Amino acid sequence: MIEVTGATKSYGDLRVLDDVHLRLPRGGVTALIGANGAGKSTLLSCMSRLLHLDAGAVTVDGLDVSTTRGDVLARRLATLRQDNHLTARLTVRDLVTFGRYPHSKGRATADDLVHVERSLRFLDLEDLADRFLDELSGGQRQRAFVAMVLCQDTDYVLLDEPLNNLDLKHAVAMMRLLRRAADELGATVVVVLHDINVAACYADHVVAMRDGVVVHEGSPEQVMQTHVLREVFDLDLRVHRIDGRLVALHVA
Amino acid sequence: MVVAAVGVLAVVSLFVGVSTVTPATLLAQDAQALLVLLVSRLPRTLAVLLAGAAMAVAGMIMQMLARNRFVEPSTAGTVESAVLGILVVTVLSPGAPLMVKMLVASTFALAGTALFLRLLAFVPLRSVLVVPLVGLMLGGVIGAVTTFFAYRLDLLQSLASWTTGDFSGVLRGRYELLWITLALTVVAYLAADRFTLAGMGSDLTTNLGMSYRTVMTLGLVIVSMVSAVVVVTVGVIPFLGLVVPNVVSLMLGDNMRRTAPWVAVLGAGFVLVCDLVGRVVRHPYEVPVGVVVGVVGSALFLALLLRRGSRAA
Ligand SMILES: Nc1ncnc2c1ncn2[C@@H]1O[C@H](COP(=O)(O)OP(=O)(O)O)[C@@H](O)[C@H]1O
Ligand SMILES: [Mg+2]
Repeated sequence: MIEVTGATKSYGDLRVLDDVHLRLPRGGVTALIGANGAGKSTLLSCMSRLLHLDAGAVTVDGLDVSTTRGDVLARRLATLRQDNHLTARLTVRDLVTFGRYPHSKGRATADDLVHVERSLRFLDLEDLADRFLDELSGGQRQRAFVAMVLCQDTDYVLLDEPLNNLDLKHAVAMMRLLRRAADELGATVVVVLHDINVAACYADHVVAMRDGVVVHEGSPEQVMQTHVLREVFDLDLRVHRIDGRLVALHVA
Repeated sequence: MVVAAVGVLAVVSLFVGVSTVTPATLLAQDAQALLVLLVSRLPRTLAVLLAGAAMAVAGMIMQMLARNRFVEPSTAGTVESAVLGILVVTVLSPGAPLMVKMLVASTFALAGTALFLRLLAFVPLRSVLVVPLVGLMLGGVIGAVTTFFAYRLDLLQSLASWTTGDFSGVLRGRYELLWITLALTVVAYLAADRFTLAGMGSDLTTNLGMSYRTVMTLGLVIVSMVSAVVVVTVGVIPFLGLVVPNVVSLMLGDNMRRTAPWVAVLGAGFVLVCDLVGRVVRHPYEVPVGVVVGVVGSALFLALLLRRGSRAA
Protein backbone atom coordinates (compact mmCIF):
# COMPACT_ATOMS: atom_id res chain seq x y z
CA MET A 1 0.00 0.00 0.00
CA ILE A 2 1.13 3.53 -0.73
CA GLU A 3 0.03 5.97 1.89
CA VAL A 4 0.38 9.72 1.51
CA THR A 5 -0.34 11.78 4.61
CA GLY A 6 -0.44 15.56 4.73
CA ALA A 7 1.82 15.94 1.71
CA THR A 8 2.70 19.59 1.19
CA LYS A 9 5.15 21.10 -1.26
CA SER A 10 5.73 24.69 -2.32
CA TYR A 11 7.89 26.43 -4.87
CA GLY A 12 8.42 29.89 -3.44
CA ASP A 13 4.94 31.25 -2.78
CA LEU A 14 3.27 28.70 -5.01
CA ARG A 15 1.77 25.82 -3.08
CA VAL A 16 1.91 22.92 -5.49
CA LEU A 17 0.73 20.21 -3.10
CA ASP A 18 -1.59 21.24 -0.33
CA ASP A 19 -2.08 18.72 2.45
CA VAL A 20 -2.70 15.72 0.21
CA HIS A 21 -3.96 12.52 1.80
CA LEU A 22 -4.15 9.39 -0.30
CA ARG A 23 -4.23 5.64 0.24
CA LEU A 24 -3.57 3.40 -2.71
CA PRO A 25 -4.12 -0.26 -1.86
CA ARG A 26 -1.97 -2.97 -3.37
CA GLY A 27 -2.65 -4.17 -6.86
CA GLY A 28 -4.53 -2.65 -9.74
CA VAL A 29 -4.03 0.36 -11.94
CA THR A 30 -4.56 3.84 -10.53
CA ALA A 31 -4.83 6.77 -12.92
CA LEU A 32 -3.87 10.25 -11.77
CA ILE A 33 -5.71 12.88 -13.78
CA GLY A 34 -6.06 16.66 -13.73
CA ALA A 35 -5.31 19.77 -15.74
CA ASN A 36 -1.76 20.95 -16.52
CA GLY A 37 -0.14 22.28 -13.39
CA ALA A 38 -2.54 20.49 -11.04
CA GLY A 39 0.42 18.91 -9.24
CA LYS A 40 0.27 15.37 -10.63
CA SER A 41 3.93 15.15 -11.52
CA THR A 42 4.93 16.73 -8.24
CA LEU A 43 2.87 14.22 -6.28
CA LEU A 44 4.26 11.29 -8.25
CA SER A 45 7.84 12.52 -7.79
CA CYS A 46 7.31 12.89 -4.06
CA MET A 47 5.82 9.41 -3.87
CA SER A 48 8.90 8.02 -5.57
CA ARG A 49 11.38 10.10 -3.46
CA LEU A 50 12.67 12.04 -6.45
CA LEU A 51 11.39 15.18 -4.72
CA HIS A 52 11.29 15.92 -1.02
CA LEU A 53 8.13 17.07 0.68
CA ASP A 54 8.07 20.23 2.75
CA ALA A 55 5.68 18.53 5.15
CA GLY A 56 3.88 15.22 5.43
CA ALA A 57 5.08 11.74 4.55
CA VAL A 58 4.83 8.97 1.99
CA THR A 59 5.12 5.33 2.94
CA VAL A 60 5.30 2.31 0.67
CA ASP A 61 4.36 -0.91 2.46
CA GLY A 62 5.07 0.96 5.63
CA LEU A 63 8.52 2.15 4.56
CA ASP A 64 8.96 5.91 4.72
CA VAL A 65 10.39 6.82 1.32
CA SER A 66 12.45 9.70 2.66
CA THR A 67 14.34 7.56 5.17
CA THR A 68 14.42 4.09 3.64
CA ARG A 69 17.68 3.10 1.99
CA GLY A 70 17.70 3.90 -1.70
CA ASP A 71 18.61 0.40 -2.84
CA VAL A 72 15.94 -1.23 -0.68
CA LEU A 73 13.30 1.02 -2.15
CA ALA A 74 14.61 0.49 -5.67
CA ARG A 75 13.72 -3.20 -5.46
CA ARG A 76 10.19 -2.32 -4.44
CA LEU A 77 9.30 0.76 -6.42
CA ALA A 78 10.25 1.93 -9.89
CA THR A 79 9.42 5.26 -11.43
CA LEU A 80 9.72 7.26 -14.59
CA ARG A 81 9.48 11.01 -14.86
CA GLN A 82 7.63 12.93 -17.51
CA ASP A 83 10.71 14.19 -19.38
CA ASN A 84 13.78 12.10 -19.73
CA HIS A 85 16.79 13.56 -21.45
CA LEU A 86 19.91 11.52 -21.71
CA THR A 87 23.18 13.11 -22.64
CA ALA A 88 24.96 9.80 -22.23
CA ARG A 89 24.98 7.70 -25.36
CA LEU A 90 23.61 4.30 -24.45
CA THR A 91 22.04 1.56 -26.46
CA VAL A 92 18.48 0.52 -25.73
CA ARG A 93 19.73 -2.76 -24.29
CA ASP A 94 22.26 -0.97 -22.06
CA LEU A 95 19.50 1.24 -20.69
CA VAL A 96 17.12 -1.63 -20.08
CA THR A 97 19.88 -3.66 -18.45
CA PHE A 98 20.42 -0.80 -16.01
CA GLY A 99 16.88 -1.50 -14.85
CA ARG A 100 18.32 -4.64 -13.25
CA TYR A 101 20.88 -2.62 -11.33
CA PRO A 102 19.04 -2.73 -7.99
CA HIS A 103 19.13 -6.54 -8.20
CA SER A 104 22.38 -7.20 -10.01
CA LYS A 105 24.55 -4.30 -8.81
CA GLY A 106 26.13 -4.35 -12.22
CA ARG A 107 26.86 -8.09 -12.39
CA ALA A 108 23.97 -9.23 -14.54
CA THR A 109 23.12 -12.90 -14.08
CA ALA A 110 21.37 -15.14 -16.59
CA ASP A 111 18.13 -14.42 -14.77
CA ASP A 112 18.69 -10.68 -15.17
CA LEU A 113 19.24 -11.12 -18.88
CA VAL A 114 15.98 -13.04 -19.17
CA HIS A 115 14.21 -10.07 -17.63
CA VAL A 116 15.95 -7.73 -20.04
CA GLU A 117 14.93 -9.72 -23.09
CA ARG A 118 11.37 -10.01 -21.87
CA SER A 119 11.09 -6.25 -21.30
CA LEU A 120 12.48 -5.60 -24.75
CA ARG A 121 9.94 -7.96 -26.23
CA PHE A 122 7.02 -6.53 -24.28
CA LEU A 123 7.78 -3.05 -25.54
CA ASP A 124 8.38 -4.13 -29.10
CA LEU A 125 12.02 -3.04 -28.93
CA GLU A 126 13.79 -6.18 -30.07
CA ASP A 127 14.73 -4.74 -33.43
CA LEU A 128 15.98 -1.54 -31.81
CA ALA A 129 17.86 -3.15 -28.95
CA ASP A 130 21.34 -2.33 -30.20
CA ARG A 131 20.57 1.16 -31.45
CA PHE A 132 21.74 4.22 -29.55
CA LEU A 133 19.00 6.14 -27.77
CA ASP A 134 20.00 9.42 -29.42
CA GLU A 135 19.25 7.83 -32.77
CA LEU A 136 15.64 6.94 -31.95
CA SER A 137 12.36 8.79 -32.26
CA GLY A 138 10.74 10.28 -29.17
CA GLY A 139 8.21 7.48 -28.93
CA GLN A 140 10.80 4.75 -29.33
CA ARG A 141 12.90 6.38 -26.65
CA GLN A 142 9.89 6.61 -24.35
CA ARG A 143 9.29 2.88 -24.78
CA ALA A 144 12.92 2.17 -23.96
CA PHE A 145 12.60 4.06 -20.67
CA VAL A 146 9.41 2.21 -19.78
CA ALA A 147 11.16 -1.06 -20.60
CA MET A 148 13.90 -0.12 -18.16
CA VAL A 149 11.38 0.59 -15.43
CA LEU A 150 9.49 -2.67 -16.02
CA CYS A 151 12.77 -4.55 -16.03
CA GLN A 152 13.29 -3.34 -12.49
CA ASP A 153 10.56 -5.87 -11.68
CA THR A 154 9.13 -4.04 -8.67
CA ASP A 155 5.81 -4.36 -6.85
CA TYR A 156 5.10 -0.68 -7.44
CA VAL A 157 5.43 1.08 -10.78
CA LEU A 158 4.87 4.84 -10.97
CA LEU A 159 4.81 6.36 -14.44
CA ASP A 160 4.34 9.99 -15.41
CA GLU A 161 2.56 10.31 -18.75
CA PRO A 162 4.07 7.17 -20.28
CA LEU A 163 1.97 7.65 -23.40
CA ASN A 164 3.88 10.81 -24.32
CA ASN A 165 5.02 10.68 -27.92
CA LEU A 166 3.52 7.27 -28.53
CA ASP A 167 1.49 6.53 -31.63
CA LEU A 168 -1.96 5.04 -31.17
CA LYS A 169 -0.83 1.46 -31.61
CA HIS A 170 1.95 1.70 -29.08
CA ALA A 171 -0.21 3.70 -26.68
CA VAL A 172 -2.80 0.93 -26.65
CA ALA A 173 -0.06 -1.68 -26.31
CA MET A 174 1.42 0.26 -23.40
CA MET A 175 -1.89 0.46 -21.53
CA ARG A 176 -2.54 -3.24 -22.09
CA LEU A 177 0.91 -3.98 -20.81
CA LEU A 178 0.33 -1.99 -17.64
CA ARG A 179 -2.98 -3.79 -17.20
CA ARG A 180 -1.20 -7.11 -17.58
CA ALA A 181 1.47 -6.12 -15.08
CA ALA A 182 -1.30 -5.47 -12.57
CA ASP A 183 -3.45 -8.50 -13.40
CA GLU A 184 -0.83 -11.18 -13.98
CA LEU A 185 2.14 -10.03 -11.94
CA GLY A 186 0.17 -8.39 -9.17
CA ALA A 187 1.97 -5.08 -9.58
CA THR A 188 0.54 -1.83 -8.27
CA VAL A 189 0.61 0.63 -11.16
CA VAL A 190 0.15 4.37 -10.67
CA VAL A 191 0.07 6.30 -13.88
CA VAL A 192 -0.45 9.95 -14.78
CA LEU A 193 -2.64 10.18 -17.85
CA HIS A 194 -3.83 13.27 -19.61
CA ASP A 195 -6.57 11.48 -21.55
CA ILE A 196 -9.48 10.76 -19.22
CA ASN A 197 -10.97 8.30 -21.66
CA VAL A 198 -7.85 6.21 -21.54
CA ALA A 199 -7.93 6.47 -17.77
CA ALA A 200 -11.58 5.38 -17.66
CA CYS A 201 -10.89 2.47 -19.96
CA TYR A 202 -7.84 0.95 -18.28
CA ALA A 203 -7.79 2.07 -14.66
CA ASP A 204 -9.46 0.47 -11.66
CA HIS A 205 -9.18 3.61 -9.65
CA VAL A 206 -9.04 7.27 -10.68
CA VAL A 207 -7.58 10.10 -8.61
CA ALA A 208 -8.39 13.60 -9.83
CA MET A 209 -6.28 16.58 -8.79
CA ARG A 210 -6.74 20.29 -9.07
CA ASP A 211 -4.52 23.06 -7.70
CA GLY A 212 -2.50 20.74 -5.52
CA VAL A 213 -5.48 19.05 -3.93
CA VAL A 214 -7.15 15.70 -4.58
CA VAL A 215 -10.67 16.77 -5.52
CA HIS A 216 -12.16 13.40 -6.41
CA GLU A 217 -11.28 9.78 -6.08
CA GLY A 218 -13.11 6.64 -7.05
CA SER A 219 -13.92 4.11 -9.72
CA PRO A 220 -14.09 5.26 -13.35
CA GLU A 221 -17.91 5.24 -13.04
CA GLN A 222 -17.77 7.58 -10.09
CA VAL A 223 -15.38 10.03 -11.71
CA MET A 224 -16.78 9.95 -15.24
CA GLN A 225 -19.69 12.22 -14.51
CA THR A 226 -20.32 15.62 -15.97
CA HIS A 227 -20.43 17.47 -12.67
CA VAL A 228 -17.28 15.78 -11.38
CA LEU A 229 -15.34 16.46 -14.55
CA ARG A 230 -16.47 20.08 -14.51
CA GLU A 231 -15.00 20.46 -11.07
CA VAL A 232 -11.72 18.89 -12.16
CA PHE A 233 -11.22 20.47 -15.57
CA ASP A 234 -13.51 23.50 -15.56
CA LEU A 235 -15.03 22.14 -18.71
CA ASP A 236 -18.42 20.80 -19.63
CA LEU A 237 -18.01 17.24 -20.82
CA ARG A 238 -20.74 14.84 -21.77
CA VAL A 239 -20.24 11.24 -20.76
CA HIS A 240 -21.53 8.56 -23.13
CA ARG A 241 -21.47 4.84 -22.89
CA ILE A 242 -20.14 3.38 -26.10
CA ASP A 243 -19.71 -0.39 -26.41
CA GLY A 244 -19.95 -0.63 -22.66
CA ARG A 245 -17.21 1.96 -22.10
CA LEU A 246 -17.49 5.39 -20.60
CA VAL A 247 -16.37 8.11 -23.00
CA ALA A 248 -16.33 11.81 -22.23
CA LEU A 249 -16.74 14.19 -25.14
CA HIS A 250 -16.43 17.91 -24.94
CA VAL A 251 -19.39 19.93 -26.09
CA ALA A 252 -18.55 21.29 -29.46
CA MET B 1 45.14 -4.69 -31.95
CA VAL B 2 45.12 -1.27 -30.33
CA VAL B 3 46.75 -2.66 -27.21
CA ALA B 4 49.45 -4.25 -29.34
CA ALA B 5 50.03 -0.98 -31.20
CA VAL B 6 50.43 0.89 -27.93
CA GLY B 7 52.76 -1.84 -26.72
CA VAL B 8 54.97 -1.49 -29.79
CA LEU B 9 55.03 2.28 -29.41
CA ALA B 10 55.99 1.90 -25.77
CA VAL B 11 58.95 -0.26 -26.79
CA VAL B 12 59.91 2.29 -29.44
CA SER B 13 59.70 4.97 -26.79
CA LEU B 14 62.34 3.14 -24.78
CA PHE B 15 64.83 3.53 -27.61
CA VAL B 16 64.24 7.10 -28.67
CA GLY B 17 66.39 9.81 -27.16
CA VAL B 18 69.65 11.72 -27.22
CA SER B 19 71.89 8.96 -25.95
CA THR B 20 71.92 5.87 -28.04
CA VAL B 21 70.10 2.99 -26.48
CA THR B 22 69.24 0.17 -28.84
CA PRO B 23 68.57 -3.50 -28.36
CA ALA B 24 72.02 -4.05 -29.76
CA THR B 25 73.77 -1.88 -27.19
CA LEU B 26 71.80 -3.57 -24.46
CA LEU B 27 72.77 -7.01 -25.72
CA ALA B 28 76.35 -5.85 -25.80
CA GLN B 29 75.96 -5.27 -22.09
CA ASP B 30 76.65 -1.58 -22.45
CA ALA B 31 76.34 -0.45 -18.83
CA GLN B 32 75.76 3.14 -19.85
CA ALA B 33 72.87 2.22 -22.11
CA LEU B 34 71.30 0.03 -19.46
CA LEU B 35 71.53 2.84 -16.96
CA VAL B 36 69.84 5.30 -19.33
CA LEU B 37 67.13 2.74 -19.97
CA LEU B 38 66.40 2.10 -16.31
CA VAL B 39 66.83 5.60 -14.95
CA SER B 40 65.29 7.62 -17.73
CA ARG B 41 63.63 5.83 -20.62
CA LEU B 42 61.63 3.26 -18.70
CA PRO B 43 60.35 5.73 -16.09
CA ARG B 44 59.48 8.18 -18.83
CA THR B 45 57.55 5.62 -20.85
CA LEU B 46 55.69 4.40 -17.78
CA ALA B 47 54.91 7.97 -16.79
CA VAL B 48 53.50 8.69 -20.21
CA LEU B 49 51.31 5.59 -20.16
CA LEU B 50 50.06 6.15 -16.64
CA ALA B 51 49.34 9.85 -17.06
CA GLY B 52 47.72 9.38 -20.46
CA ALA B 53 45.40 6.61 -19.35
CA ALA B 54 44.43 8.32 -16.11
CA MET B 55 43.78 11.76 -17.60
CA ALA B 56 41.65 10.31 -20.38
CA VAL B 57 39.55 8.32 -17.89
CA ALA B 58 39.30 11.36 -15.61
CA GLY B 59 37.98 13.33 -18.57
CA MET B 60 35.34 10.71 -19.20
CA ILE B 61 34.24 10.77 -15.55
CA MET B 62 34.08 14.55 -15.65
CA GLN B 63 31.81 14.35 -18.68
CA MET B 64 29.49 11.99 -16.84
CA LEU B 65 29.37 14.14 -13.71
CA ALA B 66 28.70 17.37 -15.59
CA ARG B 67 26.50 15.54 -18.09
CA ASN B 68 28.25 17.38 -20.87
CA ARG B 69 30.62 16.11 -23.52
CA PHE B 70 32.79 19.16 -23.66
CA VAL B 71 34.21 19.32 -20.19
CA GLU B 72 37.37 17.81 -18.83
CA PRO B 73 39.69 18.71 -15.96
CA SER B 74 41.39 21.46 -17.96
CA THR B 75 38.09 23.07 -19.00
CA ALA B 76 36.40 22.91 -15.61
CA GLY B 77 38.75 24.78 -13.32
CA THR B 78 40.16 21.52 -11.92
CA VAL B 79 43.64 21.78 -13.36
CA GLU B 80 43.95 25.52 -12.73
CA SER B 81 42.96 24.95 -9.11
CA ALA B 82 45.56 22.23 -8.78
CA VAL B 83 48.21 24.61 -10.13
CA LEU B 84 47.09 27.28 -7.65
CA GLY B 85 47.43 24.66 -4.92
CA ILE B 86 51.00 23.89 -5.96
CA LEU B 87 51.82 27.59 -5.96
CA VAL B 88 50.42 27.98 -2.47
CA VAL B 89 52.47 25.04 -1.15
CA THR B 90 55.57 26.24 -2.90
CA VAL B 91 55.26 29.67 -1.30
CA LEU B 92 54.23 28.59 2.17
CA SER B 93 56.42 25.54 2.53
CA PRO B 94 59.03 25.40 -0.22
CA GLY B 95 60.67 22.20 1.00
CA ALA B 96 57.49 20.16 1.24
CA PRO B 97 57.76 16.64 -0.14
CA LEU B 98 56.05 15.83 -3.43
CA MET B 99 53.37 13.86 -1.62
CA VAL B 100 52.34 16.90 0.41
CA LYS B 101 52.29 19.08 -2.69
CA MET B 102 50.11 16.52 -4.38
CA LEU B 103 47.66 16.40 -1.50
CA VAL B 104 47.36 20.18 -1.31
CA ALA B 105 46.93 20.35 -5.07
CA SER B 106 44.22 17.64 -4.86
CA THR B 107 42.36 19.59 -2.22
CA PHE B 108 42.44 22.74 -4.34
CA ALA B 109 41.37 20.76 -7.40
CA LEU B 110 38.49 19.26 -5.46
CA ALA B 111 37.31 22.67 -4.29
CA GLY B 112 37.65 24.14 -7.80
CA THR B 113 35.72 21.33 -9.45
CA ALA B 114 33.00 21.40 -6.81
CA LEU B 115 32.70 25.14 -7.38
CA PHE B 116 32.33 24.49 -11.11
CA LEU B 117 29.51 22.01 -10.56
CA ARG B 118 27.79 24.45 -8.19
CA LEU B 119 28.05 27.21 -10.74
CA LEU B 120 26.41 24.94 -13.30
CA ALA B 121 23.38 24.63 -11.05
CA PHE B 122 22.89 28.39 -11.44
CA VAL B 123 23.23 28.45 -15.19
CA PRO B 124 19.65 28.70 -16.37
CA LEU B 125 20.10 27.41 -19.89
CA ARG B 126 22.32 24.40 -19.75
CA SER B 127 23.04 24.39 -23.43
CA VAL B 128 25.75 22.07 -24.60
CA LEU B 129 28.28 24.81 -25.19
CA VAL B 130 27.52 27.06 -22.23
CA VAL B 131 28.77 24.44 -19.77
CA PRO B 132 32.36 24.29 -21.02
CA LEU B 133 32.35 28.07 -21.39
CA VAL B 134 31.51 28.41 -17.70
CA GLY B 135 34.37 26.02 -16.94
CA LEU B 136 36.81 27.89 -19.15
CA MET B 137 35.88 31.19 -17.52
CA LEU B 138 36.26 29.76 -14.04
CA GLY B 139 39.60 28.28 -15.07
CA GLY B 140 40.56 31.64 -16.55
CA VAL B 141 39.81 33.47 -13.32
CA ILE B 142 41.69 30.97 -11.17
CA GLY B 143 44.55 30.96 -13.66
CA ALA B 144 44.72 34.75 -13.56
CA VAL B 145 44.90 34.77 -9.77
CA THR B 146 47.68 32.18 -9.91
CA THR B 147 49.62 34.13 -12.51
CA PHE B 148 49.25 37.35 -10.54
CA PHE B 149 50.77 35.86 -7.41
CA ALA B 150 53.40 33.95 -9.34
CA TYR B 151 54.40 37.22 -10.98
CA ARG B 152 54.51 39.08 -7.68
CA LEU B 153 56.55 36.31 -6.09
CA ASP B 154 58.84 35.87 -9.06
CA LEU B 155 57.67 32.31 -9.68
CA LEU B 156 56.56 32.64 -13.29
CA GLN B 157 59.28 30.26 -14.39
CA SER B 158 58.05 27.52 -12.06
CA LEU B 159 54.48 28.25 -13.06
CA ALA B 160 55.34 27.62 -16.69
CA SER B 161 56.84 24.27 -15.80
CA TRP B 162 53.66 23.19 -14.01
CA THR B 163 51.31 24.36 -16.72
CA THR B 164 53.17 22.79 -19.62
CA GLY B 165 53.14 19.04 -19.55
CA ASP B 166 56.63 17.72 -20.14
CA PHE B 167 58.04 14.26 -19.64
CA SER B 168 61.66 15.16 -20.30
CA GLY B 169 62.32 15.68 -16.60
CA VAL B 170 60.96 12.30 -15.65
CA LEU B 171 63.62 10.15 -14.01
CA ARG B 172 63.56 7.21 -11.69
CA GLY B 173 62.49 8.52 -8.29
CA ARG B 174 60.53 11.42 -9.77
CA TYR B 175 57.50 9.78 -11.28
CA GLU B 176 56.45 7.06 -8.86
CA LEU B 177 53.59 9.18 -7.55
CA LEU B 178 51.90 8.47 -10.87
CA TRP B 179 51.23 4.90 -9.78
CA ILE B 180 48.52 6.44 -7.61
CA THR B 181 46.71 7.34 -10.81
CA LEU B 182 46.73 3.68 -11.80
CA ALA B 183 45.01 2.81 -8.55
CA LEU B 184 42.49 5.59 -9.12
CA THR B 185 41.86 4.43 -12.67
CA VAL B 186 41.18 0.91 -11.41
CA VAL B 187 38.75 2.29 -8.83
CA ALA B 188 37.07 4.27 -11.61
CA TYR B 189 36.69 1.10 -13.62
CA LEU B 190 35.20 -0.81 -10.72
CA ALA B 191 32.68 2.00 -10.21
CA ALA B 192 32.07 2.37 -13.95
CA ASP B 193 28.37 1.50 -13.77
CA ARG B 194 27.82 4.14 -11.13
CA PHE B 195 29.38 6.83 -13.28
CA THR B 196 27.35 5.78 -16.29
CA LEU B 197 24.28 6.06 -14.09
CA ALA B 198 25.33 9.46 -12.83
CA GLY B 199 25.59 10.45 -16.47
CA MET B 200 21.90 9.59 -16.78
CA GLY B 201 21.00 12.19 -14.17
CA SER B 202 19.97 12.28 -10.55
CA ASP B 203 16.39 11.03 -11.07
CA LEU B 204 17.34 7.83 -12.83
CA THR B 205 20.20 7.30 -10.40
CA THR B 206 17.86 7.68 -7.44
CA ASN B 207 15.25 5.46 -9.03
CA LEU B 208 17.81 2.70 -9.38
CA GLY B 209 18.65 2.96 -5.73
CA MET B 210 21.92 4.81 -5.72
CA SER B 211 22.91 7.92 -3.89
CA TYR B 212 23.64 10.53 -6.52
CA ARG B 213 25.61 12.58 -4.05
CA THR B 214 27.89 9.66 -3.17
CA VAL B 215 28.64 8.93 -6.82
CA MET B 216 29.33 12.60 -7.50
CA THR B 217 31.68 12.78 -4.53
CA LEU B 218 33.56 9.65 -5.56
CA GLY B 219 33.92 10.99 -9.10
CA LEU B 220 35.10 14.38 -7.90
CA VAL B 221 37.73 12.84 -5.67
CA ILE B 222 39.06 10.62 -8.47
CA VAL B 223 39.16 13.43 -11.02
CA SER B 224 40.78 15.87 -8.62
CA MET B 225 43.44 13.48 -7.39
CA VAL B 226 44.34 12.28 -10.86
CA SER B 227 44.63 15.86 -12.09
CA ALA B 228 46.70 16.90 -9.10
CA VAL B 229 49.10 13.97 -9.38
CA VAL B 230 49.62 14.54 -13.09
CA VAL B 231 50.13 18.28 -12.71
CA VAL B 232 52.57 17.81 -9.83
CA THR B 233 54.66 15.21 -11.62
CA VAL B 234 54.58 16.18 -15.31
CA GLY B 235 52.42 19.28 -15.71
CA VAL B 236 49.20 20.01 -17.54
CA ILE B 237 48.25 17.84 -20.51
CA PRO B 238 45.37 19.77 -22.07
CA PHE B 239 42.49 18.41 -24.18
CA LEU B 240 43.43 14.79 -23.66
CA GLY B 241 40.43 14.14 -21.45
CA LEU B 242 38.18 15.65 -24.07
CA VAL B 243 39.40 14.18 -27.28
CA VAL B 244 39.89 10.55 -26.33
CA PRO B 245 36.57 9.95 -24.54
CA ASN B 246 34.67 11.75 -27.29
CA VAL B 247 36.21 9.65 -30.02
CA VAL B 248 35.46 6.48 -28.08
CA SER B 249 31.92 7.68 -27.36
CA LEU B 250 31.28 8.24 -31.04
CA MET B 251 32.36 4.70 -31.80
CA LEU B 252 31.15 2.73 -28.80
CA GLY B 253 28.75 4.93 -26.83
CA ASP B 254 28.97 5.88 -23.17
CA ASN B 255 28.50 2.69 -21.22
CA MET B 256 31.61 3.19 -19.13
CA ARG B 257 32.07 -0.43 -18.24
CA ARG B 258 32.56 -1.14 -21.92
CA THR B 259 34.38 2.04 -22.92
CA ALA B 260 36.69 2.75 -19.96
CA PRO B 261 39.37 0.24 -21.06
CA TRP B 262 39.37 1.74 -24.55
CA VAL B 263 39.60 5.24 -23.21
CA ALA B 264 42.51 4.26 -20.97
CA VAL B 265 44.44 2.48 -23.74
CA LEU B 266 43.81 5.14 -26.35
CA GLY B 267 44.63 7.90 -23.87
CA ALA B 268 47.95 6.25 -23.10
CA GLY B 269 48.60 5.72 -26.81
CA PHE B 270 47.72 9.28 -27.74
CA VAL B 271 50.10 10.80 -25.19
CA LEU B 272 52.78 8.31 -26.16
CA VAL B 273 52.54 9.32 -29.82
CA CYS B 274 52.59 13.01 -28.92
CA ASP B 275 55.57 12.51 -26.64
CA LEU B 276 57.43 10.62 -29.36
CA VAL B 277 56.64 13.33 -31.89
CA GLY B 278 57.87 15.94 -29.43
CA ARG B 279 61.12 14.04 -29.01
CA VAL B 280 61.74 13.46 -32.70
CA VAL B 281 60.56 16.60 -34.37
CA ARG B 282 63.44 18.87 -33.28
CA HIS B 283 65.96 16.22 -32.38
CA PRO B 284 68.18 16.57 -30.36
CA TYR B 285 65.93 19.14 -28.66
CA GLU B 286 62.48 18.37 -27.34
CA VAL B 287 59.08 19.95 -27.73
CA PRO B 288 57.14 19.51 -24.46
CA VAL B 289 54.32 16.99 -24.73
CA GLY B 290 51.84 19.58 -23.42
CA VAL B 291 52.50 21.66 -26.52
CA VAL B 292 52.12 18.75 -28.93
CA VAL B 293 48.97 17.47 -27.25
CA GLY B 294 47.69 21.03 -27.14
CA VAL B 295 48.12 21.52 -30.88
CA VAL B 296 46.81 18.13 -31.97
CA GLY B 297 44.17 18.01 -29.26
CA SER B 298 42.73 21.46 -29.90
CA ALA B 299 42.42 20.70 -33.60
CA LEU B 300 40.64 17.42 -32.86
CA PHE B 301 38.52 19.15 -30.24
CA LEU B 302 37.39 21.74 -32.75
CA ALA B 303 36.48 19.04 -35.22
CA LEU B 304 34.47 17.22 -32.57
CA LEU B 305 32.81 20.42 -31.44
CA LEU B 306 31.65 21.22 -34.94
CA ARG B 307 30.45 17.72 -35.55
CA ARG B 308 28.77 16.94 -32.26
CA GLY B 309 27.69 20.49 -31.51
CA SER B 310 25.68 20.59 -34.69
CA ARG B 311 24.06 17.28 -33.89
CA ALA B 312 23.20 18.13 -30.31
CA ALA B 313 21.83 21.59 -31.13
N1 LIG C 1 10.84 23.17 -10.33
C1 LIG C 1 9.77 23.96 -10.25
N2 LIG C 1 9.91 25.25 -9.88
C2 LIG C 1 8.82 26.06 -9.76
N3 LIG C 1 7.58 25.67 -10.01
C3 LIG C 1 7.38 24.39 -10.39
C4 LIG C 1 8.45 23.47 -10.53
N4 LIG C 1 7.95 22.29 -10.92
C5 LIG C 1 6.63 22.45 -11.02
N5 LIG C 1 6.28 23.71 -10.71
C6 LIG C 1 4.91 24.24 -10.69
O1 LIG C 1 4.14 23.39 -9.90
C7 LIG C 1 2.85 23.24 -10.45
C8 LIG C 1 2.52 21.78 -10.58
O2 LIG C 1 3.37 21.19 -11.53
P1 LIG C 1 3.26 19.67 -11.97
O3 LIG C 1 3.23 18.83 -10.76
O4 LIG C 1 4.34 19.41 -12.95
O5 LIG C 1 1.85 19.65 -12.68
P2 LIG C 1 1.19 18.54 -13.61
O6 LIG C 1 2.10 17.39 -13.72
O7 LIG C 1 -0.09 18.22 -12.93
O8 LIG C 1 0.94 19.20 -14.92
C9 LIG C 1 2.84 24.00 -11.75
O9 LIG C 1 2.18 25.22 -11.56
C10 LIG C 1 4.28 24.22 -12.06
O10 LIG C 1 4.44 25.44 -12.72
MG1 LIG D 1 3.12 16.59 -15.31
